[in-house]
Amino acid sequence: MNFQGYRRLDGKAGTRNHVLVIPSVGCSQGVAQEIARGLKGVVYLPNVAGCGQMGEDRTVVKKTLVGFGTNPNTFSVLVVGLGCEELTPNEIRKGIIPSGKRVEVVTIQDVGGTRKTTALGRRIVKEMLQDASKLSGEPIPVSELILGTECGGSDYTSGLASNPAVGIVCDMLVAEGGTVILSETPEVIGAEHLLAKRARTPEIGQEILSAVARCENRAIAAGQNIREGNPAPGNIAGGITTLEEKSLGCIYKGGTGPLEKVVTYASHPQEKGLVYMDTPAHDIEQLTGMIAGGAQIVLFTTGRGTPVGSPIAPVIKITGNRQTYLKMKDNVDIDVSKILQGKETIPEGGKRIFGEMISVASGKLTKAEKLGQGDFCIFKMNPDI
Amino acid sequence: MSAKTEIIVINEKDNVATALKELSAGAEVSFEFQGHIEKIRLLSDIPVGHKLALRDIEKGEAVIKYGEHIGQSTSRISRGEYVHVHNVVSQVRGERS
Repeated sequence: MNFQGYRRLDGKAGTRNHVLVIPSVGCSQGVAQEIARGLKGVVYLPNVAGCGQMGEDRTVVKKTLVGFGTNPNTFSVLVVGLGCEELTPNEIRKGIIPSGKRVEVVTIQDVGGTRKTTALGRRIVKEMLQDASKLSGEPIPVSELILGTECGGSDYTSGLASNPAVGIVCDMLVAEGGTVILSETPEVIGAEHLLAKRARTPEIGQEILSAVARCENRAIAAGQNIREGNPAPGNIAGGITTLEEKSLGCIYKGGTGPLEKVVTYASHPQEKGLVYMDTPAHDIEQLTGMIAGGAQIVLFTTGRGTPVGSPIAPVIKITGNRQTYLKMKDNVDIDVSKILQGKETIPEGGKRIFGEMISVASGKLTKAEKLGQGDFCIFKMNPDI
Repeated sequence: MSAKTEIIVINEKDNVATALKELSAGAEVSFEFQGHIEKIRLLSDIPVGHKLALRDIEKGEAVIKYGEHIGQSTSRISRGEYVHVHNVVSQVRGERS
């Protein structure tokens, strides 16, 4: 099975063909936005990091910005620096170069201010746009897809309809030889032993247990025990009996396949099949990590509805709540509430989502793309210095 | 596809289903299992969003939803009976530990 995508020089394939403007630091974000303004096909990252991060955080910021540049949905890249920042635009550029893409750098302090840098930057991205327009789509096997999965604004319909239906999609994609990323470590708490049992090796299973333990310990250090008092009285009143059940309702969206690998935040999984990425539950940080890790498309389940989107990857919003779909039609792409009315089975809903995913991978715009919703936020462990 | 709309079974390994509307003791509900329709007579009232047993579950047996163990029964649960915190306990460190 194929989708219509864009082949890159490094052999990877994208679902989109964006020219990407990356501000290497928060101070150059405004100029990056000006450079991209009004140019169809040019997107920018509203990045506020790049200065003041140390150690592991600095590594993660760099890896995430580079990951957006190397993501196959990106055609070519302009990095916009200020000039005195800690993480230099050249470091970002060097990280992207191995992908074979054109990467240019403009630096505000060198070029001389906002207006000159904007003008120079716009000249460069317009050239890139012209080259991008010469590349036509071609059939790409769906086995080359890395699908990110996420849920946010969950309600009782998430665990009963949208997550099980997305689980079907994931099992279908894995059967086709593709890759699925499951993430959001706080939501795994209570079901980590069940996920670990599905790991390809005991070592991979141990990595899941360790990721959950690290997450819990961070929360405890901040004065909060996630496990205690969970499920909450409101969950129990709603019919959730145990923590396992609550967590499974979330992680079931990754399907039922064996767990092939655990990767750190923003890391690119090399394995096919179901992989786990250790991310926070913060919706946009989670989304950003998966796309930096190479996801070219994302399925996002929601009970209450959310506008979230990405600058470079289509994010398909799915709800099992009919009222939410009607109320949030601007934002939600697919309604699977018929599952809860008994008018569609979970596998039927899953097949419908799979079909829509292929259409979107082939160029059909999501609601978030139509609205130009381009969220971006990097997960950091420590306060900035 | 089942014509009935009262309950949903997430995974075919599950021994519980979730009520999609308020259900009363004595009512008959049906679900599709391996291509045929099975009927169940409810032994308890089941609030919407809550669970009922699809099979007899012995004391100490695993309660299965999403194809996975969501807990262990603390008493024998009959097919059609209400399944919740009164007869199921978590197997992980958590709420009632």
